Amino acid sequence: MREFAYQRVTQVREALTLVAENDGSRYLAGGTNLVDLMKCGVEAPTRLVDVRSLPLGGVREGADGGLVIGATTTNSDVAAHPEVRRRFPALSQAVLAGASGQLRNMATVGGNLLQRTRCAYFADPSQACNKRVPGTGCSAVDGAHHNHAVFGWSRHCVATHPSDMAVALAAFDAVVHYETLDGGGEIPLSEFYPPVGDTPQQETVLPSGALITAVSLPKAALSPWSRYRKVRDRASYAFANVSIAADLGVHDGVVRDVRIALGGVASQPWRARSAEAFLRGGPASFGTVPGGG
Amino acid sequence: MAFHRLSTCAVALGEKGVALNEDTHSEILLHVNGVKHCLSVDNRTTLLDALRERVGHTGTKKGCDHGQCGACTVLCDGRRVVSCLMLAVAAEGAEVTTVEGLGGDGELLPIQQEFVRLDGFQCGYCTSGQICSAVGMLAEYAEGWPSAVTAPGSEPVLDAVEVRERMSGNLCRCGAYPSIVRAVLETAARGEVTG
Ligand SMILES: Cc1cc2nc3c(=O)[nH]c(=O)nc-3n(C[C@H](O)[C@H](O)[C@H](O)COP(=O)(O)OP(=O)(O)OC[C@H]3O[C@@H](n4cnc5c(N)ncnc54)[C@H](O)[C@@H]3O)c2cc1C
Ligand code: SF4
Ligand code: FES
Ligand code: FES
Repeated sequence: MREFAYQRVTQVREALTLVAENDGSRYLAGGTNLVDLMKCGVEAPTRLVDVRSLPLGGVREGADGGLVIGATTTNSDVAAHPEVRRRFPALSQAVLAGASGQLRNMATVGGNLLQRTRCAYFADPSQACNKRVPGTGCSAVDGAHHNHAVFGWSRHCVATHPSDMAVALAAFDAVVHYETLDGGGEIPLSEFYPPVGDTPQQETVLPSGALITAVSLPKAALSPWSRYRKVRDRASYAFANVSIAADLGVHDGVVRDVRIALGGVASQPWRARSAEAFLRGGPASFGTVPGGG
Repeated sequence: MAFHRLSTCAVALGEKGVALNEDTHSEILLHVNGVKHCLSVDNRTTLLDALRERVGHTGTKKGCDHGQCGACTVLCDGRRVVSCLMLAVAAEGAEVTTVEGLGGDGELLPIQQEFVRLDGFQCGYCTSGQICSAVGMLAEYAEGWPSAVTAPGSEPVLDAVEVRERMSGNLCRCGAYPSIVRAVLETAARGEVTG
């Protein structure tokens, strides 16, 4: 592992300035992905700016009646929060379906969104990987790829985004909020992870040096019955083969609205928009679904 | 846990007036089992390595060193974490509890007693991690935290299915799982779970 300086910050501006002043600087939150990748030699920051003491933790009511989840809130605290459980159960379930109790106690919302792919070649600097070193090729195309993408991939990279939490956030049309030294901004989660194309190293549209400050959930969840389901190689403590977050609004037996997001299948949480359009306005019966019932 | 790092040396004032600490080593005060240890560490040192090699508490084990096995589980401010993915510098300011700090003088906690009574191990390599994890897990359950197998909208009830899910972050190569689950359930039934 390369040597690095370490600094804990208590103000957002201090964090932004430290990262802006040095190309090799990285934010450190729970460290569950970054420290792991530093051990593998995939990440080699020269400075870590520890963001956990920033005033960005906790879940609060948003101005529009939705919820605002601070970026440094731990995954455990998100999943256990009474309002998250009551209004966005699929989000609580998705977070709980990820990693382990220990890891969720460390992992944060910001870090979870920015965790890197679990493609084994990406984590091994001796292997060719366009995501890690652009232009070197993709070892997974002809290698081990049983957990890789089925939608939206390109021949440059077939890796998936590993976050369970992000799949539920996509279904709920969440928005990512960030700060930079030039001011803040927000990005809908559905646009946060760009298509792979020929730039698999470009994993998000977050401006360089930006600090994620929060994720907001709009008020309009369709129902209190949203759910998350995950299929994996073992019953727990494994990444998804495939997962789904779904929410359904029904009125007078008619599907008023529906949201379906798939995980483990693409470089981004995959909204099944055609399926949503097919179901919307139709009868809310098992017969609606081809093969259902 | 607001905490200001006292920059000891090699501090330069950056262009924008924010103090830049360029040092790749730090003087840290690590609180372990109620004792303060003043250590000078390379920033790359994990909490796991600091505990084992600097503080001399070798009860905490290194299995995978990548967050995948749970052998290195300790409690930070009462919450279970994997010490192999936490930097020692990042653990400063937290109260760290290792297996050595559980129970009193020659006294075993109920969870430790149940592991012994019910054979919750074979080789014992995963055991300190299992026990620290169980202490943290029972506290989480006591706070009403749900798990992936808790039905949404209902409160969790600790049964074997819940224990297996909540303890899934601790692998046991010897496969002592059935007795580990039993030991945890027996401890919960005794109702004295605090570390
Ligand atoms: C064994 C194992 C199993 C796992 N299983 C799963 C699973 O099944 N499902 C799942 O979803 N996840 C899983 N994870 C991944 C885990 O959820 C992530 O590692 C975690 O969420 C990352 O959060 P963190 O706070 O630790 O991030 P860090 O490791 O601290 O940071 C990750 C990245 O985010 C950046 N960053 C952090 N915070 C901010 C911020 N506020 N603004 C800007 N940048 C920021 C960092 O610079 C870094 O690049 C697993 C991890 C391990 C080790
Ligand atoms: S799939 Fe993507 S991450 Fe994996 S080897 Fe290919 S380029 Fe690298
Ligand atoms: S040694 Fe830390 S999880 Fe395996
Ligand atoms: S007792 Fe041997 S690994 Fe668990």
